[in-house]
Amino acid sequence: MNPDNTDKKSCAGSPGDIRELAKLISKIENDRHGCQQILSDIYKENLGTTVIGVTGPPGSGKSSLTDRLIKEYRVLGKRVGVIAVDPSSPFSGGAILGDRIRMSDHATDPDVFIRSMASRGSLGGLAPAAIDVVNLMKSTGFDVVIIETVGVGQSEVDVVSLADTVLLVLVPGMGDDVQAMKAGIMEIADIFVVNKADKDGKEKLVAELKMIVELNRNKMERVPPIIETVAIENKGTSLIMESLKERGSWIDEKLPVIRKKKMLDQLKHMSIDRIGADIFAILDEKGIFQKWTQELDQGSSNPYKAVSELIAKLKIEWSGQ
Amino acid sequence: MSSKIRVLIAKPGLDGHDRGAKFVARALRDAGMEVIYTGLRQTPESIANTAIQEDVDAVGMSILSGAHNTLLPKVVQLLKEKGADNILVFGGGVIPESDIPYLKEHGVKAVFTPGTPSEEFVSFIKENVKKNES
Repeated sequence: MNPDNTDKKSCAGSPGDIRELAKLISKIENDRHGCQQILSDIYKENLGTTVIGVTGPPGSGKSSLTDRLIKEYRVLGKRVGVIAVDPSSPFSGGAILGDRIRMSDHATDPDVFIRSMASRGSLGGLAPAAIDVVNLMKSTGFDVVIIETVGVGQSEVDVVSLADTVLLVLVPGMGDDVQAMKAGIMEIADIFVVNKADKDGKEKLVAELKMIVELNRNKMERVPPIIETVAIENKGTSLIMESLKERGSWIDEKLPVIRKKKMLDQLKHMSIDRIGADIFAILDEKGIFQKWTQELDQGSSNPYKAVSELIAKLKIEWSGQ
Repeated sequence: MSSKIRVLIAKPGLDGHDRGAKFVARALRDAGMEVIYTGLRQTPESIANTAIQEDVDAVGMSILSGAHNTLLPKVVQLLKEKGADNILVFGGGVIPESDIPYLKEHGVKAVFTPGTPSEEFVSFIKENVKKNES
């Protein structure tokens, strides 16, 4: 067998096989715009796949909780795909991806596929290729896809457009941070998980969450439940599963509306991503960045001016076609 | 487009000291690589499976328990069975000089013992991982 018979550049592959799937993911990570063809070819809107986002601040227990969810879904006989995102270093571009440490029980289970991804400069809590990899997993017959985001702070909420259900994992004792998060990330939770619920400050956190939920009650279609867990002791996981099940039936009822919205979100996201990348490549190729840097250096331009000129130019080109 | 070198750093066997592994992981990160760290006490099977799922270019195993002659060749063999023998395997930790030839015969491409400067293994990986030069 020759494992390298697929040309890395060509972005081909049959993702039914684990090794091929893994290689295809790398190709997508390295050149996702070059992989549009195969992504488009295998794209299948698989409504049978449950996509769960697990997000929350660093150290809140997202990986441990993901590990527990994998276990629960395996008991139900589901095939589970996991995307675990950790941050890339802004300086070296490298990354240490350590989410698997908490999930090592599943390393030899053929029906669990875990992939660590580095955020590679993306700010929304996900990796740039996460959308593509979720779509890939959906198309290749995973029953459940769990996306674990990087530890998020306030407004990194990309996971919303990808996941059917977002679990926001919080821990007691963060006090004022919770206040700070109210406006951004608190709004994306479909299920609040208060993990490490054996720690001091749990009552305070739960009370605050209840208050937030109450204040927003009339704005929400569905009131997010608040579930207390101790993931490493496997306490409360079954409650999350129940909640996911309930939410699942609710989603089924609302499916057409929800799906349309998510599709639109994804479409916008993908076009912005693609347009940005293509334009950057052109600017780089034509030496425009260098020209700008020079002008800025000489003081003959400023960033606002440079960007406005670019947009004006693009609009002309666009209308010329 | 940028191809990142991906490396799995694993701790096979039963020893619980991962300072060396973490040092290596950090050095590789600082060299711009994406490093997947498995944590302690991994079996050869889980290391090989992880290497495949993560599509890494190299697997580095740190071992201090003395079981290197058994565990490291086992990972090499499993990768081969799974059609992934193009993944570069290297080792490190407390490994006697006299065992190194045996390991190399069994597919471990390099062994880095304590005190190795990080530049040495960083350049070893960079030189030996064949990335597509696009």
